[in-house]
Amino acid sequence: MVSVAPMRLFRWWLFFLLLLLPLGRLVEGLLTNDLGADPAKYIVKELGFWALCWLWLTLAVTPLRKFFGWRWLMVYRRMFGLYAFFYAVLHLLAFATFLLGWRWDMLMTELTKRPYIVMGSLALLLLLPLAVTSTQKMQRRLGRRWKKLHMLIYPASLLVLLHFVWQIRSDFFQQLIFAILLAILLGYRLYLKRRS
Amino acid sequence: MVKRYKSGGSQPVLPSEITPESVYRDRRRFMQAALSVAALPVVGFSSLAEAAGYDIPADLPRYKGPDWLQPKLAEASRNAELSTRETLAPYYNVITHNNFYEFGTDKRDPVRNAQEFKTDPWTVEISGEVAKPGNYHLEDILAPHALEDRVYRLRCVEAWSMVIPWLGFPLADLIKRFEPTSKAKYVQFTTLLDKEQMPGQRGFFSTIKWPYVEGLRMDEAMHPLTLMAVGLYGNALPPQNGAPLRLVVPWKYGFKSIKSIVRIHFSETMPATSWNMTAPDEYGFYANVNPEVDHPRWSQATERRLPSSLLTPNIIDTLPFNGYADQVAHLYKGMDLTQWF
Repeated sequence: MVSVAPMRLFRWWLFFLLLLLPLGRLVEGLLTNDLGADPAKYIVKELGFWALCWLWLTLAVTPLRKFFGWRWLMVYRRMFGLYAFFYAVLHLLAFATFLLGWRWDMLMTELTKRPYIVMGSLALLLLLPLAVTSTQKMQRRLGRRWKKLHMLIYPASLLVLLHFVWQIRSDFFQQLIFAILLAILLGYRLYLKRRS
Repeated sequence: MVKRYKSGGSQPVLPSEITPESVYRDRRRFMQAALSVAALPVVGFSSLAEAAGYDIPADLPRYKGPDWLQPKLAEASRNAELSTRETLAPYYNVITHNNFYEFGTDKRDPVRNAQEFKTDPWTVEISGEVAKPGNYHLEDILAPHALEDRVYRLRCVEAWSMVIPWLGFPLADLIKRFEPTSKAKYVQFTTLLDKEQMPGQRGFFSTIKWPYVEGLRMDEAMHPLTLMAVGLYGNALPPQNGAPLRLVVPWKYGFKSIKSIVRIHFSETMPATSWNMTAPDEYGFYANVNPEVDHPRWSQATERRLPSSLLTPNIIDTLPFNGYADQVAHLYKGMDLTQWF
């Protein structure tokens, strides 16, 4: 937060609270006992869904900035990315606590028997160094290598998509939408790279 | 969620309508009461739920069902021998946590989308290898059968489970009436196809081909545990649970227990089944609960018994044939259950 013009401050808080909203609604549902007959599963699913949304939002910053010239959006990329990581960590914690009760034998079974959980875990592992090096200080210290490191978001997003697609039972509407969005977001980058 | 119900077959019962305790204290008086109030169905059915000790919170809807069903509901008796004594899933869980993809794929979609579903009048077609094929009104289908109250475990293929008190009658008794021929080796069931009423059948992105179909081998269909259910928790079946007529096969994964049945077809060859057509490597025709045979995408060794508390999830070991091995394992003697999953 360098120069704090009121408009910018307002916008910062708007985004901050907007991305916090799904978590707020989960907490509210928990307190009012309104998460359905299987709250454990519901919480895990919701956290995962929003982690996915915020990751896609993070990936959308550069294309939106370049396509519409929204340079102001750049400031929020870190926030979006950290929110994606935050929801993904909560998603994993909720899974291990509410669905497995931290039973290590179960955790091992799930990791070996549910291939999509391996995909999700790998994605989170890839996002971890990005979250750690998200500060301005780290950005400066790493210099050119920072950008290279943060390209890990691309394989991470593909793993996240795989994690999501692998769970299809019969209806694949949501998975299709997110796949198309990711194709646009990554395809736009390829297009720019090829043109330059 | 439950606060947002619309009316229509789902009106909550007023406390004043519930039969007082003195009426059902003993079986004989309970029966007399049920008979004398046949004209007042609401009292009739609620007294059964109360007599069985079912805890239905006042703010949740009870499902009344058609008038002609009321005497049957009221005269139902508990089959203790075939009922488990495990703790029941709360009524709330049973009526709000449903896999009924015709009304949406989320567990809470059916309770939201099925409340206006029209389940009376209802016709069932009996066809194929039977001496008495035809289209029958559900009322006539049910006419000779007394309802039993049976508490069964329900194990979903998704590795969660519930204990549910059903109201129904043995499928075997129904089958015998229509006199299957010697060629009848399998029974196929079909769910209603109605895009107007079932939003899930309108979607472009489902890999299931509608209508939903399921099937049983004849000896499975004739097994005394196999139930045709028309109610649960002492009341009529809620639409989200498969009203007005559904199958319950407690030793198989839940998807075998097909809902809202409009056709029962007898055939010599093994019929197609919906999930098997959708993903043949994941869902077999038999779909017997089996902790030894994993789903390709998850383990079937354990299950989460609902309700499950958040901090100490209720994880229990899954039993072969969902705990009904003593009664049904002999049906599959000599079969390789890893092949016939």
